[in-house]
Amino acid sequence: MREIIVMLFLFTGVFFFTVGTIGVLRLPDVFCRLHANTKSDTLGVGLVLSSLVLYEGLSSAGVKIVFMIIFILITNPTAGHIIARASYDTIVDWTGQLARQKGGEE
Amino acid sequence: MIETAFLVAAILLMVNVIFCLYRAAVGPTPGDRVVAINMITSKTIAVMALVSFMYHEELFLDVAITYTLIGYTATICVAKYLELKRL
Repeated sequence: MREIIVMLFLFTGVFFFTVGTIGVLRLPDVFCRLHANTKSDTLGVGLVLSSLVLYEGLSSAGVKIVFMIIFILITNPTAGHIIARASYDTIVDWTGQLARQKGGEE
Repeated sequence: MIETAFLVAAILLMVNVIFCLYRAAVGPTPGDRVVAINMITSKTIAVMALVSFMYHEELFLDVAITYTLIGYTATICVAKYLELKRL
């Protein structure tokens, strides 16, 4: 029974990773790619590592993985926000066809 | 049984990493490359944890924690360099 729950969490996480990869490959713009990346990647890492915690139980390895999940839940949206702010300041065109640099003109 | 599931999940994640590497090599703007590298970092953390449970080596989890810290720092530094043109 526990193995079924572990495999359910594991392959749901792999599914969300795959959805994020398809989004990064297919979407047209850096902001759309960031939209596909951030949420699906955070959820995928959380689900895969949660399946390992369920498999292991409360040992030292499980506590390490819990700390890793907490750290990723803090840092991954922060990294997405900072990439979006840097791209918004340097790339003006939203269609992504012509990445116009703003630095030299203003 | 469950270790075969870990192996299959790790192989699927590495196939995903190949496609992310395509985006990191091709991506037209530097922001695309940073997004792709961030994704590769997340997938590598998951694969490191899975390999640690496949080989029953707890040491790999410490490597995964360190890789989390290094990946976050690298993303922050590259984005700050893109924004301010200096570090």
